[in-house]
Amino acid sequence: MIQVIEVGFKRGVRDAAGENRAREIRDFLNIPVRGVITRKLYYINAEISQRQAELAAGELFCDPIIEEYRVNRKLSCEEFDYSITVGYKPGVTDNVGRSAAAALKEMLGIECKGDRGVTTATRYLLSGVNRGQAERIAGELLANSLIEETDILNFQQWRASEASEASQAQPADMDKYDGAHNRAAQDEEFQLIDLETGDAVLIKISQNRTLALNLQEMKAIRNYFQQLEVQAERRGVGLEARPTDVELEAIAQTWSEHCHHKVFNGIIHYTDEHGKKIKINSLFDTYIKRVTRELDTPWLLSVFKDNAGIIRFNDRVALVYKVETHNSPSALDPYGGAMTGIVGVNRDPLGTGMGARLTANVWGYCLGNPLAAETMSPRLLHPHRIREGVHRGVIEGGNQSGIPYMRGWELFDHRFAGKPLVFCGTLGEMPLEIAGIPCEHKEVQAGDIMVMAGGRVGKDGIHGATFSSEELHEASPVQAVQIGDPITQKKMADMLLEARDRLLYRAITDNGAGGLSSSVGEMALLSGGCEMDLARVPLKYQGLKAWEILISEAQERMTLAVAPEKLESYLSLSERRRVESTPLGRFTGSGKFHIFSGNKTVAYLDMEFLHQGDPQYELEAQYIKKDFEEPEVDISDHGEVLQFMLQRLNICSKEEKARQYDHEVKGRSVIKPFVGRSFDVPSDATIMLAGLDQPRAEGLMGIVLAEGINPFYSDIDSYWMAASVVDEAVRRVVAVGGDPGYIAALDNFCWPNVVKENMPERSHKLAQLVRANQGLYDFCKGYKLPLISGKDSMSNDCTLTDPPISIPPTLLLSVVSRISDVSRAVTLDVKKPGDLVYLLGETMEEMGGSEFYRFYGEQSRGRPYIGNRVPRVKLEEARKLYQALATAIEGRLVESAHTPAIGGLGAALARKSFAGGYGLEIDLRAIHGPSVTADFVLLYSESNSRFIVTIDPRNKESFEKLMTGVSCSRIGRVTNSGELQIRGLSGGIIIKEDINKLKKEWQAPLRSKD
Amino acid sequence: MAEPRALIVTGDGLNCEEETAFAFRLAGAEPCLVHITDLLDGEKKLKSYQLLAFIGGFSNGDHLGAGRIQAGRFKHRLQEDLQGFIDDQKPIIGICNGFQTLVKMGVLPGVEGGRFIQNCTIMGNDSGRFEDRWVYLRLNRDSPCIWTRDLATIFLPVRHGEGKFFTDDPEIIPALFSSGQVVAQYSDDSFSSPVMDYPLNPNGSMKSIAAICDRSGLIFGLMPHPEAFLYPYNHPSWTRMVSSGHSLPEYGEGAAIFLNGVTYLK
Repeated sequence: MIQVIEVGFKRGVRDAAGENRAREIRDFLNIPVRGVITRKLYYINAEISQRQAELAAGELFCDPIIEEYRVNRKLSCEEFDYSITVGYKPGVTDNVGRSAAAALKEMLGIECKGDRGVTTATRYLLSGVNRGQAERIAGELLANSLIEETDILNFQQWRASEASEASQAQPADMDKYDGAHNRAAQDEEFQLIDLETGDAVLIKISQNRTLALNLQEMKAIRNYFQQLEVQAERRGVGLEARPTDVELEAIAQTWSEHCHHKVFNGIIHYTDEHGKKIKINSLFDTYIKRVTRELDTPWLLSVFKDNAGIIRFNDRVALVYKVETHNSPSALDPYGGAMTGIVGVNRDPLGTGMGARLTANVWGYCLGNPLAAETMSPRLLHPHRIREGVHRGVIEGGNQSGIPYMRGWELFDHRFAGKPLVFCGTLGEMPLEIAGIPCEHKEVQAGDIMVMAGGRVGKDGIHGATFSSEELHEASPVQAVQIGDPITQKKMADMLLEARDRLLYRAITDNGAGGLSSSVGEMALLSGGCEMDLARVPLKYQGLKAWEILISEAQERMTLAVAPEKLESYLSLSERRRVESTPLGRFTGSGKFHIFSGNKTVAYLDMEFLHQGDPQYELEAQYIKKDFEEPEVDISDHGEVLQFMLQRLNICSKEEKARQYDHEVKGRSVIKPFVGRSFDVPSDATIMLAGLDQPRAEGLMGIVLAEGINPFYSDIDSYWMAASVVDEAVRRVVAVGGDPGYIAALDNFCWPNVVKENMPERSHKLAQLVRANQGLYDFCKGYKLPLISGKDSMSNDCTLTDPPISIPPTLLLSVVSRISDVSRAVTLDVKKPGDLVYLLGETMEEMGGSEFYRFYGEQSRGRPYIGNRVPRVKLEEARKLYQALATAIEGRLVESAHTPAIGGLGAALARKSFAGGYGLEIDLRAIHGPSVTADFVLLYSESNSRFIVTIDPRNKESFEKLMTGVSCSRIGRVTNSGELQIRGLSGGIIIKEDINKLKKEWQAPLRSKD
Repeated sequence: MAEPRALIVTGDGLNCEEETAFAFRLAGAEPCLVHITDLLDGEKKLKSYQLLAFIGGFSNGDHLGAGRIQAGRFKHRLQEDLQGFIDDQKPIIGICNGFQTLVKMGVLPGVEGGRFIQNCTIMGNDSGRFEDRWVYLRLNRDSPCIWTRDLATIFLPVRHGEGKFFTDDPEIIPALFSSGQVVAQYSDDSFSSPVMDYPLNPNGSMKSIAAICDRSGLIFGLMPHPEAFLYPYNHPSWTRMVSSGHSLPEYGEGAAIFLNGVTYLK
């Protein structure tokens, strides 16, 4: 029988969670709720007495100082209006429940039944709401109907209900999901699919099964199965000529855009704005890999072939870096989608080379306006809700994994309301050699045992790889959503590093998109084949079909190749660490992807066909040069405009959310994500020690992380967007003292669909992709930035709205660099009155795509201006400047340095000033360079390759000498006044604002109201 | 005397082992990382070590409350060994999740008559969320705590969602003050007096309590992380100190706590 334990706070104890929920209900739903009380519910499925349940409740489920509990009875409560109980649907991971079941067994010897031995739910008791409001609160704030069930009762119903039936959120059909090892699929391991049919039916098969395969691809599959030698070999293993569903799903997963990058590897016929045509055979090869090939950087250890790129960092350590996106899942279930984004990318470095220890996380989100009055479609989650959920997922995932975040940022534009972009990245590290083997080594030998470690397989995440290769549409599959379990993964990762150092496995890779199909399929490439038995795969519950087991993206799993003589030692370590590891088969040299269910073959495919059999895309790209309206700017009060600008979502402080991410664990942070006198202004880049235990003689070495992103420039020209993004990443590194000669970069492209014929401006968007690649190539080459890894996400559209929304083409460039002595690092905050302020680099009339134009348009006519003159990059001048500034910083001549980005000089000056707590006197007339005739252009143009630095007057001459030959203007000084004072081109003071006031305004927009 | 061996319990979601190990090494101890399953399985014994550290992290995911399951494991499976360690008068430190663990198993503020009974708790922050920020701590010079000897103030980061020290027994807190068991309180930024205001008091702790010890002063628990401030460059505005002409010390302020713990044994 199921025992129900309800736990709540004792009278008089503060219920902070309830208070926060009440505030959110008032702030975001405008429902004047009077109060919210929270309760926790545990459903224990075990043969135990009421007395044992009482003991368990007292020992484990309740904090005796602040909480009280009842078993199989409701906790009493004063009158309220509605009770909302929220619990997970069957099949959804319940992490707390899982821990509780393990603890019951270990401490009290209570055995719970099945994978869902303990399930949990949360109950909210609300006063001051009516039924309709309660339903809205449940649907729009407390629960996600994709993964959770809710039960709403009014006070009388609640009072009349028994505890055990007080919630239908407790799954009634729990038994259906019981039983750990599934053998249900035995009588029918697979279905046969008939491909000897017309085009329309082929397409239908692809659509109905969410295969995301086009007609050409379906035909290629049909052709393969028509080959006589293929048919003969299949007969040999007991298979008909027709493919099984297992085979079709494996092919679809392997060939998915997500896994095979068909656009980046396709043939593109590109026509530029002058009508000039070129044929590009693979963007990936022509631009991305070519940069790295041509630069031939000596410190790269592994690029573009493993799960993450590997670089030699110094003579002790190698760094491993990967950045991923998790956009589609986060659109459907922001919390679960984003959490699997971060814990998923954690597995990339863990599964790279010999396996890396995880060092730092990075995150960045492009979102719709969280303060918007309403959603763009009732079928979309409100951007506020997406933002809350995404943050919560990555916060919990990262913090619980014990990995500090080092970079975090948010960008807002209404076009991200249809599909948010959720970037998550992880940096890892390995000693250069592990027990004598180079850390980047990856080898699988025929005969090695295939082992799956970590979590079990369920229906979660089925079709993630294929679904994320499509736009968000009506039929987007619910099962694509997964929930991560950071603790299961942390336990597994700790164990695997122990195993690595004892060489207990030969090779390792992660289970991400495509699940076992992908991880085993890719590892099998290294030996030349595999045999795997799906019946051995440990399952969460019964009822999975063979193909579901193969492609399930259930989380927290790694696949290993273990030498037969090491298997016993490996399994024994795994067992001692309470991590499940299961041998599933072996790697072979047969050239076949051979999958069994028991002793019956369910898939038998040539490795070569599986991995290289997909027809190459051939696409047309036509670039259309667009002309946008230019505003006539007229500003009467520059002080007021600066205040408005500081409150823009893309400029204002995002500290409240960022502070909920741990950035101190590991004790290695040197330049933190927030700096300044009150530690509350975001730094240009961050630095962490390359290790705690380092020789100190020549200074402690630090790892520098930064990034560049600006999708707004794509509206004008994606070539200069890419150039600006590369420049931004480099200059951020330089601004903190990083070495501009030692930077490695990762590209993440997020684009609208460029393949589907019915997508508006498809061929222009593809042309934008070509141009962005050209920009990326030119400027990475110019700055000597090898690209070491990357990822593309090619279907960021949403057809749930009318008209459909596509994201602006977006490129994130993440960089990792180094500083040989962290004591030479600088931060952006001004340090002391009397210091001189310099502007380095030229300010041009480049207002196109600027935050100022968006602001000015929205204020003057209700929609943004885009403009035409997008910021460009003058490579030679920039390189010279970066070298000069790097030399000045190394010589300890620079007190502070900050690089302007969105919001230009105006926003940067304000940040520098209030970060340091001192005023500034600035004279725009002192800015050298091309003649810019308007104050607003000097203040808000987003010209690239610039810095604002402050210098102690004693260092004036040495600094200016170093700046010979680069654009350098002394524009003012740091003052004791507490005011930001700016003199305009006409000589008069145009801005005179109290810096504390500016700071408060800058902090206000995304800070929760009390 | 040979280097004392410091047992650092690891695994199952704990995550501060690297920096805690480094802190003990700087202090002159030999850090020994031991997976909690090796203690539960009897492969390793507490009595082989001279110091014991319950470190920060998310033991068992903080599921069922921070430190709750880890506390249960020690209470139900390792109580005798732990009691032996305490009886041998060996120093114990619990940081963040370790502090939560010590309080929830009843080892802090003190074991009464050999029984592990919880009489205080560390509960969810008043803000309702996890936060990472630096705090100013005033230390009690009259405390018997051996870990904070000769320290008057310290600046350290907190990173927790459940850090509010709380008890429903009105007699406990006055008793803790009178026995010197309140070791550290959150204070204003000039370290002049304890504060209740958020965010200086980041969690709403009663009487601004950030750290306590047992009566002997050997068992010490604190929410802030001394092991995250071992280098001066960990300070969140060290670049400002350099600009104002201060020379930086060789190590960060947190190192002193571990040095005290190890020195006690020498």
